[in-house]
Amino acid sequence: MSINKDLVAASSTPLVLAILAEGDSYGYAILKRVRELSGGELEWTDGMLYPVLHRLERAGHIESQWDTAESGRRRKYYRITEAGRKHLTDERRQWKSVDKTLRNIWSGLSESTSSDGHPIPLPQWS
Amino acid sequence: MNEKAPKNPSMDSLEKQIDAWRAHLTKSRAISGSDVRELEDHLREQIASLTAQGLSEDEAFLVAVKRMGAIDDLTREFAREHSERLWKQLVLSREGGDRGTESAATNGSRKMWVAIGLAVLAGIAIKIPALFGMPFAENKSEAFYQLNMGFFILPFIAAYFALDRPLPKSATLWLAAVFVLSAIVVNAFPFYPTRGAHTHFLTSLHLPIALWLGVGMAYVGGRWRGNDRRMDFVRFTGELFIYCVLIALGGGVLTALTIQLFKAIGINVEPLAQNWIVPCGIAGAAVIAMWLVEAKQSVIENMAPVLTRIFAPLFGLMLITFVMTMVLTGRGIGADREILIAFDLLLVVVFGLLLYSISARDFLAPPGLFDWIQLILVVTALVVDVLALWAIATRISEFGFTPNRVAALGENIVLLINLAVSVVLYARFVRGGVAFSRLCNWQTFYLYVFAAWAAVVAFIFPLIFGFV
Repeated sequence: MSINKDLVAASSTPLVLAILAEGDSYGYAILKRVRELSGGELEWTDGMLYPVLHRLERAGHIESQWDTAESGRRRKYYRITEAGRKHLTDERRQWKSVDKTLRNIWSGLSESTSSDGHPIPLPQWS
Repeated sequence: MNEKAPKNPSMDSLEKQIDAWRAHLTKSRAISGSDVRELEDHLREQIASLTAQGLSEDEAFLVAVKRMGAIDDLTREFAREHSERLWKQLVLSREGGDRGTESAATNGSRKMWVAIGLAVLAGIAIKIPALFGMPFAENKSEAFYQLNMGFFILPFIAAYFALDRPLPKSATLWLAAVFVLSAIVVNAFPFYPTRGAHTHFLTSLHLPIALWLGVGMAYVGGRWRGNDRRMDFVRFTGELFIYCVLIALGGGVLTALTIQLFKAIGINVEPLAQNWIVPCGIAGAAVIAMWLVEAKQSVIENMAPVLTRIFAPLFGLMLITFVMTMVLTGRGIGADREILIAFDLLLVVVFGLLLYSISARDFLAPPGLFDWIQLILVVTALVVDVLALWAIATRISEFGFTPNRVAALGENIVLLINLAVSVVLYARFVRGGVAFSRLCNWQTFYLYVFAAWAAVVAFIFPLIFGFV
C-alpha cells in the first residue's frame, strides 16, 4: 500500500521531530526508523528527508552538528531543541484531533467497510 | 578513512561511481557542499547496508542511488527549501564552515581589512594637500586635483594587488618609481594659463589611462605574459567601472540627504560635505569598489557582458539607421569643432561593446547570431567613422593643429586600427577561418597601444605644444 504524497509530506514534520525526541540521530537512521515504525508502508525517497531536516533547522526546531561516525566518516547529527519539543506537542495535538475526527466518521462507516480490506462495493444505481 | 583505500578493483569502481554521482550533485547551486557531503554519507551507509544483505557493490550502488531519488527532483526540493542559494550572494567573510576551509575564511576577512585600510589611507591622502593650502572644493586648487586625482586612488589599488598577489619586489619598486616619477613630472609642467590650459586638460585625462596599465601590472602579479591574465584585467576593469558608477550613485544620494537633513535643523554642512565627504568618498569608494570586484568574482554574474548583450544590437540598429538616413537624405557629415569628439566617443562605446562581449564569450563555442550582430555593429561603426574622418580630413587645414584636435584625431586613428583589425579577425572567425582566441590576443595586445598613446598625450603633448 502506498501513501498519498501530500500525507507523507504533512506527516514528515511530526514524524522527524518525534524520532529526534527519542534521541539525537542522523539522516540515514531517521529514515530507517520511519520504515520500522510504519512497517514499510510510509516510503520516503531518501533524498527528500534532507530538505525537511534543513527546513526544521531553519525554523529552529532542531539543530545540527558535524561529528565523526564510527566508520570514520564525517556525519551530520541532528538534535531537537526546546522550541522543537513545543512544536511537536502542538503538532501532536493537531494530529490527535484530526485522528479523532476521522475515527468518529470511520466508526459510522464501519458496517459498509469489509473487515478484510476489500474495497467498499459501489452503490448500485438502477 | 577506510573508503579511501580500495582493497579490490570493484571497490575502486564503486568509488568512481560515487565520484560521478557526487560531481553531478555538486553542479547544482541549490545543493551546497555540506549538503552533498551529508547525502554522500547517507549513500555510503545505504550501500554498506545493502552489501551486508548480500548485494554486489554495483547493485547496491544502483539501489541506493534510486532510493535517494532522481537528481533533478532532489535539486528541485533543495531549491524550494534554499531558494536564497539561487540568488548568488556576496558572502564577505564568514562562509568558512560551508564551502571553504577555516583558513580561506580568515584569509577573506584579512583581505577585507587590507582593502578597508587602504581605502582609509586613500581618504587621508586626498586630504593632505588641504594642509598645504589646497582645499578640495576651492577654485584655486581645482587644476591641482584634476591633474592629481589618479595619484590619490590608483597607487592604493595597485598596493592592494602588490600585497595580495604578491608582486615581486623588483616589480613593486619599479611600479612605485613610475607613480612617483609621473607625479613629479606632471606637477613640474609649467601649464599656462594655470587654469584651463588645453594640454593640462589632456594630461589630466590621459594620465590615469596610462597609469592604469601600472595597476594592471600589479593585478597580474607582474606576470604580463599570458593573454588570459590580461583578459582578466580587462574584465576586472569593466566590473570596476560599473561598481564605481553604482557606488557613486549611492554616494550622491547620501551626500544630498546629508545636506538636506542638516538644512532642516538650520545647519549648513555643504562646505563640510564638499571638502570631506566628496573627496574622501571618491578616493575610498574606488578602493572599496576594487575589493568588491575581487571578492565577488565568481559569486555574482558579471554585469559588463550583460550590458553588452543588451546594447550591442541597439547600437547596431541605431548606426544602420544613421547610415541609411545619410544615404537617403544625401546629407554629409558636417565638420564641426565637436564632431571629432563625438565620433571618438562612438568608437569608444563600440570598442567597449566589442571588448566586453569578447571577454565573456566562450572561446570554444561556434559562431552564433550574436557574433553576426557584433560584426555588423563594428562594420557600420567603421563605415560611419571613415566617413567622418573623410569629412574632417578635407578641411583639417582650416582648423589648424591644436592639441585637442591632434589628440582627438590620434584617438580616432588608434581606435580605428583596433576595430579594423578586429573586424578582419572577427569575420574570419565567423566564417570558420581562425580561432576566436586570435581576436582575444589582439585585444589584450592592444592594451599596450592604448597605454602608450595615453602616455604620449599625457607626457609628450605638453612639451610639443608648449604647455598651452
